[in-house]
Amino acid sequence: MIRIVLLMALLSLSACGEREQIAEGKRSYQGKPDSQPWNNEPLGAEHRGGKWTKGDRASWEADIKARQLAQHEYKRIEQ
Amino acid sequence: MARMKFLCDAERCIECNGCVTACKNENEVPWGVNRRRVVTINDGVVGAEKSISVACMHCSDAPCMAVCPVDCFYKTDDGVVLHDKDLCIGCGYCFYACPFGAPQFPQSGAFGLRGKMDKCTFCAGGPEPDQSEVEFKKYGRNRLSEGKLPACAEMCSTKALLGGDGDVIADIYRDRVVRRGKGSEVWGWGTAYGPGNASGGSSQPQPAQRKATR
Repeated sequence: MIRIVLLMALLSLSACGEREQIAEGKRSYQGKPDSQPWNNEPLGAEHRGGKWTKGDRASWEADIKARQLAQHEYKRIEQ
Repeated sequence: MARMKFLCDAERCIECNGCVTACKNENEVPWGVNRRRVVTINDGVVGAEKSISVACMHCSDAPCMAVCPVDCFYKTDDGVVLHDKDLCIGCGYCFYACPFGAPQFPQSGAFGLRGKMDKCTFCAGGPEPDQSEVEFKKYGRNRLSEGKLPACAEMCSTKALLGGDGDVIADIYRDRVVRRGKGSEVWGWGTAYGPGNASGGSSQPQPAQRKATR
């Protein structure tokens, strides 16, 4: 009888536990995967595209960096 | 590794709205949606009037990503914050979270119906095949995959708006400030990219540092 009472008391108090209720805050993207810009063939010269090797990130970054530096008019003028 | 950022030089911006027009034209943004806009403060006050071009800054720790209930945001390897429109429910949480008011919602339907969120993509398209028709219709032009920078920055007539890797455009701006000797404040950089630290390189360079680099 005592065992049953103890068991019931244990079960009835099981919902009173102090659990962590703070969300972890980890978010994960649920959408479709995107491709990388360097995994494309560069456009032709007539479209003023860059020159990099398809799939080579370093060459794409070097190419886009040259394009960024073209925004520096002091250097552009002094060239 | 490139971390794509925008930088607007308030000393140079002449409020021509060329960036806004370039963005609208390049991405064929729907009516009523402006991914980029020019904000002017102290309008008409001589010597105190400043204009800046504002759009999504592609924040380092983007608040829109944190509040999205359907997790439709992602960040590319270049630091560009993009989202999947197929997942977006148009709830508007990102609009309230964004310190720059970047998320836009088309309201073409009746009774104030709000569509899926639209914002600046740094001309990097979205999660569809690169340079495809479907990518263009949903997200606009993917210029990064063509080896080009965002149209707004490349079209800026005074080069007030710079776009590209944070280190590169910060160097350009630093050189510019040293030459002219004023206007070292970069609006929005602290909010978007944090106060910066030794390894992050996100902070705007201080005048003393600028002089030291010369």
